[in-house]
Amino acid sequence: MTAEPFPSTAEAKLELLTRINRAIAGAEQQPLPPYPVSAPLSREAVLHQFEDRILDYKAAFTRVLAGEIVGAVAAALGGARRVIVPPGLAAAWLPAGLDMLRDDPPLSHADLDRAEAVVTGCAVAVSETGTIVLDHGPDQGRRALSLIPDLHVCLVRGDQVVQTVRQAVDTVAASVRAGRPLTWLSGGSATSDIELVRVEGVHGPRHLHVIVVE
Amino acid sequence: MSDHGGLHPAQPFPAAAREQVVKAQLRANLRKVTTTIRAKRANVVEELPHWEQLRTLGAATKDASLVNLSDRLLQLEQSVRARGGYVHWARDAKEARDLVARIAQAHGVDELIKVKSITSDEIELNKALEERGIHAVETDLAELIVQLSNDRPSHILVPAIHRNRAEIQALFNAELPGEGALSDNPAELAGAARRYLRHKFLTTKMAVSGVNFAVAETGTVCVVESEGNGRMCLTLPEVLVSIMGIEKVLEKVEDISVFMELLPRSSTAERMNPYNSFWTGVTPGDGPQEFHLILLDNGRTNVLADEFGRQTLRCIRCSACLNVCPVYERAGGHAYGSVYPGPIGAILTPQLLGMHDKNANTLPGASSLCGACYDVCPVKINIPQVLIYLRTEANLQKGLTAEALAMKGLKFMMSEGWRFEGALKLARVGQGPLVRGDAIPSLPGMLGGWTQSRDLRPFPKEGFRDWWKGRSQGTGPADVNAAPPETVQKAEDGPIPPQKKEGGQFDAEPPREDTL
Repeated sequence: MTAEPFPSTAEAKLELLTRINRAIAGAEQQPLPPYPVSAPLSREAVLHQFEDRILDYKAAFTRVLAGEIVGAVAAALGGARRVIVPPGLAAAWLPAGLDMLRDDPPLSHADLDRAEAVVTGCAVAVSETGTIVLDHGPDQGRRALSLIPDLHVCLVRGDQVVQTVRQAVDTVAASVRAGRPLTWLSGGSATSDIELVRVEGVHGPRHLHVIVVE
Repeated sequence: MSDHGGLHPAQPFPAAAREQVVKAQLRANLRKVTTTIRAKRANVVEELPHWEQLRTLGAATKDASLVNLSDRLLQLEQSVRARGGYVHWARDAKEARDLVARIAQAHGVDELIKVKSITSDEIELNKALEERGIHAVETDLAELIVQLSNDRPSHILVPAIHRNRAEIQALFNAELPGEGALSDNPAELAGAARRYLRHKFLTTKMAVSGVNFAVAETGTVCVVESEGNGRMCLTLPEVLVSIMGIEKVLEKVEDISVFMELLPRSSTAERMNPYNSFWTGVTPGDGPQEFHLILLDNGRTNVLADEFGRQTLRCIRCSACLNVCPVYERAGGHAYGSVYPGPIGAILTPQLLGMHDKNANTLPGASSLCGACYDVCPVKINIPQVLIYLRTEANLQKGLTAEALAMKGLKFMMSEGWRFEGALKLARVGQGPLVRGDAIPSLPGMLGGWTQSRDLRPFPKEGFRDWWKGRSQGTGPADVNAAPPETVQKAEDGPIPPQKKEGGQFDAEPPREDTL
């Protein structure tokens, strides 16, 4: 960061730190209590819970065996043809006849806006909350890819579904330490700003389709 | 614009509340919203049997950050810089908004997009930018409604909750170009906002956001939202500026999980809100390639310096306390005058501004001390205790007032039995001209406030002590069952005193009159 184009705030920093140190002088840190854990559920119960939560967000949910992925993706895409595919997503999972937009070289915002759908993988998912976490690895692509199209089809391996938020954070902690961004999705875009009436779909993908693969 | 920005109430709470409580539509809206969200919240909290332990951990985690605050902030600065971001320090609102304006000017932008942020309202950012010819577009639906109608937010979570769909329909039909005639259907109105903002998301060069949490260890910043407008602003522009109160810092990556459990359930009453974004400095090829983090004090170190009031800084702005507060439910957010309404605002605003502020000083009085806010607070801020503590502080600030003198007089009079009885005798005589029928409809002078919305019962001709004396000089045991004379209080027309149950336990509190 040479030739900093912005005024230095060193003086403010010094004063702020002085105020803080004066304010907390003598305060001691208390030991943290242990993190409370949920009673563990069976694998099958975790997947059922995940499905229940996803449906509760009014997102779509399909559970398939590995051999059925292509058919499930085709069904989830419905009539969508212009589909964004992150660089690292296995081509073998995608149905034929798509107008695939590979983000290499990077697509412009206008290109992304013309896409009808995006298909991605994920880093981890949480059954207690029905949350999918993207760490934007090669099978998920950069953040804009899963943001702009109206339909997001997300492939989740069965062994990626954990029960608690805590387990999910532990799983992606290394990604965060490596400087990667995270996006947590729980259902599609929604608002309740007008008379607290929930409206699905405002700015992000209005439709989320989760496919769990075993 | 003051150096403290949008914190400062323009008038004392009682005056502001008086203007708001008469708005029937507002009260109906608020009642609907708060009761709906209260019920939803109770359901999702019940799902987690260890909710209380999560609260305790949430409180302890925030406390740990506060007692190590300078180290955490220095580490945060270092981590953000290591990932290619800039970090700036701002002592007050003015310094923060000047920083944002300087960054915008350096990039020659005359329009920027914003994620809903109370901190940016706190520093009155939009107004300051407008004065410099930079238009800030709010992209959260409720904030857009507030902005288009030149209104002010009234709730932390749902800022336009005081507006109903017909008002929003009229507003959008007048303000959103090219939309034609919209119906009052919320989905259609949201769709209009989507179309209006889409082009701005895709083409605007700079965005401003607040910060829900920041991780010192890695420099990771988090914004929690629902609509996707946050993701748009945080991802698509070239330049991103995030403004955070210094109390938002956490120690390590793992700390975010307890708040991702506590915040959505307390705030929107969902298991998880639709979108949470986390980013660390600049990610090459992904998202804004220039990132600025502004660390804002604006009174927070005042709060930190008070060992008892310090817990207020644990607040994660979930708004659960607003939704359970009987005072908020009736008066609404605007009565608090500050960008921080409700119970949390009643303790945060006066502490941020300093207890000498004459208007903010009245906010700790905006409570019936029912304690519901403490029960729901996900980080266990003992709001009722802080309210009482601040009321004491406010009274000490005021020095010797007529009220304080009256209280001193009362203390003197009541500390000796004979003085008290004498005073009662005097009162029985003195009340004569005030009594109308069997009530005193209005008291004179400063006591008039008491009878503003209720009648006072006159002192009875004979008090309990006189009756008791008379009884013991009477004829014996039979009199024990004799009814007292013309009773002090008729059960059916006054508050019923607490009844002792078997085992000497008192029932719950007696029913109270509405205190507002």
